[in-house]
Amino acid sequence: MGAKTLFDKIWDTHVVHSIKDGPQVVYIDRHFIHEVTSPQAFAGLKKRGIGVFNTSKTIATADHNVPTKDQHLPIKDALSRHQVNTLINNCDEFGVELYGLGHPYQGIVHVIGPELGITQPGMTIVCGDSHTSTHGAFGNIAFGIGTSEVEQVLATQCVLQRKPKTMKIQVDGKLKQGVVSKDIILYVISQISTSGGTGYFVEFCGSAIESLSMEARMTICNMSIEMGARGGMIAPDETTFEYIKGREFAPNGTDWDKKLAHWKALKTDKDAVFDTEYHFNAVDIEPMITYGTNPGMGIGITESVPAINPTSDPSLTKALDYMDLQGGGQLLGKKIDYVFIGSCTNSRIEDLRMVADLVKGKQKADHVNAMIIPGSKQVEKQAMEEGIDQILAGAGFELRQPGCSACLGMNEDKVPTGKYCVSTSNRNFEGRQGPGARTMLASPLTAAAAAITGHITDVRKMLN
Amino acid sequence: MEKFKKLISTAVALSLQDVDTDQIIPARFLKATTREGFGDNLFRDWRYNANDEPNSDFILNQSEVGGEILVAGKNFGCGSSREHAAWAIYDYGFKVVISSFFADIFKNNALNNGLLPVQISDEFLLKIFAAIEVDNKTQLEVDLENEQITIIQTRESENFDINPYKKYCLQEGYDDIDFLISKREEIEAFENTISI
Ligand code: SF4
Repeated sequence: MGAKTLFDKIWDTHVVHSIKDGPQVVYIDRHFIHEVTSPQAFAGLKKRGIGVFNTSKTIATADHNVPTKDQHLPIKDALSRHQVNTLINNCDEFGVELYGLGHPYQGIVHVIGPELGITQPGMTIVCGDSHTSTHGAFGNIAFGIGTSEVEQVLATQCVLQRKPKTMKIQVDGKLKQGVVSKDIILYVISQISTSGGTGYFVEFCGSAIESLSMEARMTICNMSIEMGARGGMIAPDETTFEYIKGREFAPNGTDWDKKLAHWKALKTDKDAVFDTEYHFNAVDIEPMITYGTNPGMGIGITESVPAINPTSDPSLTKALDYMDLQGGGQLLGKKIDYVFIGSCTNSRIEDLRMVADLVKGKQKADHVNAMIIPGSKQVEKQAMEEGIDQILAGAGFELRQPGCSACLGMNEDKVPTGKYCVSTSNRNFEGRQGPGARTMLASPLTAAAAAITGHITDVRKMLN
Repeated sequence: MEKFKKLISTAVALSLQDVDTDQIIPARFLKATTREGFGDNLFRDWRYNANDEPNSDFILNQSEVGGEILVAGKNFGCGSSREHAAWAIYDYGFKVVISSFFADIFKNNALNNGLLPVQISDEFLLKIFAAIEVDNKTQLEVDLENEQITIIQTRESENFDINPYKKYCLQEGYDDIDFLISKREEIEAFENTISI
């Protein structure tokens, strides 16, 4: 048998059926659903008069559309309320476990899966959400699907998919001070563009990746979709096993031993061939920030925005117009209005700790509106236990309740037209954080630094 | 799903790259629980200004142009997995989207809804944009059977690729769920062999 990549090993053992010259029927081990992309799928089941194929493999939560204040009160917006209620009713009717508002496990779908130990190595995982790629940090195949595919999984526990090509992205070396995993992935996307990974499934490897914590690895896999890839994965190792052990839905006893033996074998063979490979050096990476309207438009914090030539590059011209930035100029010192720390990219306890460490004893700039949205009820609880909430409040940050919040501006948390927001989320598309909002993506450290000084800042100057 | 065979139509040209799903349908319009009506908010923030008045610069508001084909720059549909993007385009009245490159999830979503994504070369895409620029009544023919796209006025054409299974589904109006449900027994047998 030929040498195989980790991706191939997991994929091949999940194929139920192959259509000649067509897609394959892939069995799905875990299916996460939320209020926005599931209602039409349940409606489809009802229309066909069928139930959920295997309710034990589907987990639901409410995150995209929920308020991040006063979650104990009824949702004010009628449409949002209706959508969240539709999820409650569907889960009830079809027998799906729901960690809805008020539940101690509620949170952003890609935060709760890992923290509950539901996400495990070797699995196939899908969700009607593109950032499902987050779960790949545990060495599994996780990818986002559309609502028709959500319906497929509910109806049959399978999706029809064409096998993607494989890409290796190796990052070696030691990260410089002030550079964190968010900077790695923003750097990689700036190098290979937002479509560079389209058609591929990525495996991240190399010493810089291996040295990262699980939460930092999730940030990287989370944004693999932003380079167009179906998903990203990192081979499981001791860091992975240590993280999973003892979590709510992690295997235990002899089951743990059996699973562990299986997980330890989940590696790309030495001679396996990837369709494409990239190599990067960690020392080349600076704290990153985006200047444009897609996540590939990123630069090192001390670099200049690219100069434009309007005739040859209408998309860049449009992006800088929207951002009201000059081609060729620097971002350092640019005054900002909002700081958003949250989203499935950077809302875990380590992110909050990182921010708290930096802002402890300091005060945010007066003109900045700084909000922090924990990824889940459990993150929120832990932040309180560690006193992080007090530190943040002391520095003038507003700690809100778990949800997607201003990451996509579906609830009332939005950035107003024309305002600049340094955001730890994953998309800086036009209007993503609210109509006319100007988003600059960065790490939690860089975002926190901007909140303190009130302008784009090189966080390295604030360390030590 | 509706059947698709061949389409001859004028086209709307949107010559921007990296058109993401947040532009196609902004998140704040994703609150519906049915599939209908998303066309009203297709390209909402480009179509309307902050006061909800139509923005006359935007192509969809220029009444002399129209058609059932949308032609867009490279990397169309990047961003979120929201199928609402495909629903919005279809609901608005487009049956075909042409680009030189599509984001993966968008392409799947389109195919699952009878919206045909036609991927062509960068050169042919430029030819189409140029033809429409000269004459916005330019007609395109999209022939699924022969996997061919033709600019009627100039008779220039190019072949495009589509997976044979997906082609069959579009031609027959057959969708993936029908197929998967027909495989239920095989799936059950598979499920019994796994331990996760
Ligand atoms: S936090 Fe943002 S990117 Fe993540 S699931 Fe929610 S809306 Fe999507």
